[in-house]
Amino acid sequence: MGINFEYLLNSLPYMGKGMLGIFVVTAVVVMVVNALNSLPDKKNKK
Amino acid sequence: MEMIKDVLMGLWESSGFAALFVDGAFLWQNLVMILVSFVLLYFAIAKKCEPLLLVPIAFGILLANLPGAGLMDDPTGLMDTSNIVEGAHWYDTGVLRLIYSGVKSSIFPCLIFLGIGCMTDFGPLLSNPVSLLLGAAAQLGIYVAFVIAIALGFTPQEAASIAIIGGADGPTAIYLTGKLAGHLLGPIAVAAYSYMALIPFIQPPIMKLLTTKKERQVEMKQLRKVSKVEKIVFPVVVLVICAFILPSVAPLLGMLMLGNLFKECGVVDRLSDTAQNALMNIVTILLGLTVGATTNGATFLKLETLKIVALGLMAFCFSTVGGLLLGKLLYVITGGKVNPLIGSAGVSAVPMAARVAQNEGRKYNPRNFLLMHAMGPNVAGVIGSAVAAGFLLSRFG
Repeated sequence: MGINFEYLLNSLPYMGKGMLGIFVVTAVVVMVVNALNSLPDKKNKK
Repeated sequence: MEMIKDVLMGLWESSGFAALFVDGAFLWQNLVMILVSFVLLYFAIAKKCEPLLLVPIAFGILLANLPGAGLMDDPTGLMDTSNIVEGAHWYDTGVLRLIYSGVKSSIFPCLIFLGIGCMTDFGPLLSNPVSLLLGAAAQLGIYVAFVIAIALGFTPQEAASIAIIGGADGPTAIYLTGKLAGHLLGPIAVAAYSYMALIPFIQPPIMKLLTTKKERQVEMKQLRKVSKVEKIVFPVVVLVICAFILPSVAPLLGMLMLGNLFKECGVVDRLSDTAQNALMNIVTILLGLTVGATTNGATFLKLETLKIVALGLMAFCFSTVGGLLLGKLLYVITGGKVNPLIGSAGVSAVPMAARVAQNEGRKYNPRNFLLMHAMGPNVAGVIGSAVAAGFLLSRFG
């Protein structure tokens, strides 16, 4: 039941990479959504 | 007299009572699990706690633990293919075990995602794209639980399966566990669905602890209207982007986005209707029943199960913390225009988590209407947890 701190430290990079990966994917999607947002605006201006 | 004795002996030997004694050992665990199923049925029927899921799950627990019934038996070895008995036929396998192949092969979780896609409105997310970031931050608990599970001695595959409970997404948890650690499917699925039902009790104390009264009172301005073109293009584009970056996310996200396209394109109403009603209901029955049936007493009642339940709760809490902390950051960056409470909705569990954010916001400002603002991070959380599952699968699959 004890905690193995060596294992804990070794697995921290996965945590960093995993969170970074989610934010990278999300950032790309946010950019795409922003691009999509501009679609109807252009139409309305015409 | 002798004949009567033989008949009675035969009746006893073929009964479930005799099956409770295997090689002199008493299978008390099965009786405990049967009692657990009664308790869950009580909560589902009398207290109406997630009855659509809990009734089939509880009944699955009951069926799988009936001694001698063999509904989950695999005497042929064909289901695991690790120890195939020569000349065996697939139809000799227990009926629930056969249905369980839908879980093992990921068919059921994917079909559930199809139905969820049909019921999801990405409008709030499209009108406020920043809410996607809240959905990403609320996956923090997955990785915190993963690290701690590793430290507790679980294998990376087991740790990843346990950690995904923090995504608050039942089908994703079942999908990933089925792929990485099938032997833990029972406790993980039961923990995931239990915590989803307990969101109104788990989240509010954390929300109160991490936010100030002033932050909780923030009123957010009305969201802009989203065009139909945006809603149609969004699922296709997001799927392509995510699947190109992380191909392992394609099965879940693909079905989610297909369902959403059914809903938004407006030309396949019959398919959309079937996917979100009839198909969803059928799969829910089969999934719930077989997930419940994985909780065989002998394998379920272990210290390991308690660890999984505790780690799942921890994952859930840290996911809520992640969403709230980014919400607070957005509150500061936007000069107080974002109510941090909506960050807690980033933990998927659509729409329960969004409703909790709405209710908590209303408690401190009766004019507050956060539901639609919270739906953005809420549906973003579904995408976020699918991406997290894809990442873990690509690393440890």
